[in-house]
Amino acid sequence: MIRNTLKLTGLFLVTLSITSCVHLKEYQKNKINDSEMALGNRRVEKNELSFQSYREAASGANAGKTGGGCGCN
Amino acid sequence: MKKVFLSVIGFSLICRLSVQAQEKVDTTKNKPAFSLYTPVEQSSTTYAPRGLTVEEVNLVSSYYSQNGFHSPVTGGIGSEKVTDIANGIDLKLAWGDPQTKKYSLNLGFGYDHHTSASQAFISKTGASSKTGERIYPSLDYTIENVKKGNSFGFGAYYSGEYNYRSLGADIHFSQKTRDKNGEFSAKLQAYFDQVTLIYPSEFIPTSATNVEVTTASSSGEGEGRANIPSSPRNTYTASLSYSQVINSRLQVMFLVDGVTQNGYLGLPFHRVYFNTGKDTIEKLPSTRLKLPLGFRLNYFLGDNIIIRSYYRYYRDSWGINSNTANIEIPVKISPFFSISPFYRYYDQSAAKYFAPYGVHSANDEYYTSNYAYAKFQSNFYGVGFRIVPPRGVLGWQNFHDLEIRYGHYTQTTGLSSDVVSLNLGFK
Repeated sequence: MIRNTLKLTGLFLVTLSITSCVHLKEYQKNKINDSEMALGNRRVEKNELSFQSYREAASGANAGKTGGGCGCN
Repeated sequence: MKKVFLSVIGFSLICRLSVQAQEKVDTTKNKPAFSLYTPVEQSSTTYAPRGLTVEEVNLVSSYYSQNGFHSPVTGGIGSEKVTDIANGIDLKLAWGDPQTKKYSLNLGFGYDHHTSASQAFISKTGASSKTGERIYPSLDYTIENVKKGNSFGFGAYYSGEYNYRSLGADIHFSQKTRDKNGEFSAKLQAYFDQVTLIYPSEFIPTSATNVEVTTASSSGEGEGRANIPSSPRNTYTASLSYSQVINSRLQVMFLVDGVTQNGYLGLPFHRVYFNTGKDTIEKLPSTRLKLPLGFRLNYFLGDNIIIRSYYRYYRDSWGINSNTANIEIPVKISPFFSISPFYRYYDQSAAKYFAPYGVHSANDEYYTSNYAYAKFQSNFYGVGFRIVPPRGVLGWQNFHDLEIRYGHYTQTTGLSSDVVSLNLGFK
């Protein structure tokens, strides 16, 4: 299951690489710069991430806590 | 795993080559023979350096309510009923020249109040306090060199509750690519925590006469706790990320954390019941390594729909493997109002040291009946609403945006919860 997921992720990334990236000027970034397109957690999610880190064993790779700072794992 | 890393490296290399191929160099050879156009030299003095300004203030409040029947305080059985009210304020101060060098100082302060049914049973009779508070101030200072596209900063945090104290610090660095369509970030973090050794009442050493020992909440704050020993827990994290704009509608981000923990990694008031019926205190190894890998992809579909997606693979040295997949689809009903349904799937395998109530043997080296380390799947779904009126919320120009979000969470262990969050943004 996990191995298949990783293979799929790898395949997806390679496909992205093939399609390649376009060099955008700042004025072409109106959609990319939309606040909903931000590559991060929303502020309003802050406490959701906190309770998930208490109730679940996995954490990290989401710009949130990776352990420490509270009684969570 | 090797394939994933190679793909990531290959992907970023191809991006770099592609960008170089598309960049046009404006040389004198490309000038027309005759033109009325006179180039205007750009001056950085167009924007005067700013004094200290309050750039942004955000207030975040949440109400969380949970129910379940596998509390670790009572050895994997018993009520997990919890309610928590969290309130936080974040203040961003900025100064400097927006065209050359910007400075920002983020100050945060949070306060939580919770009630927990199982906390009462730290004392065998259920007489311990059910309530507790936590405060958590933070600060972050960042210098951004706009021309060079890099930033550098550091942060510090504190978190204090009756049975747990934490001091943390970080340094962080980021560098944009030459075309400003990609960005690499690195962060080094350390937490130095102290776990107060509050044991279940039946395990209090007979020499301890202080009654506060059995109370894991704020009611005994002060002199009583000073007599209770604590044990350290240290966490060190290295976080790396790379984000890339693929085209005018698509951007992606890769994230990887390396985390190492050492010290007291359990909690002293978590009971474990052996198959003999005798109870003891949870015992876990004093080290743990974690490796989470994350990937984000955001796509702007048409003019009104955005697809925000996230996947994380996680594994650690306690034998836990986990997958997290998240999708959120904000739909812009108007340029100033959006509705965002979301869904999150999570699964994990059990830690090597987990067993339910009454299953562990007294011969086991490590043991816990905390269901956070059990095998389970969870689902989390809900919806958010966000308004960003051009003249401010309720006509108040400085009241920039308002966001409210509700989510329902279920685990296959039987735990379920609801959370409502509100964010008020001022500029």
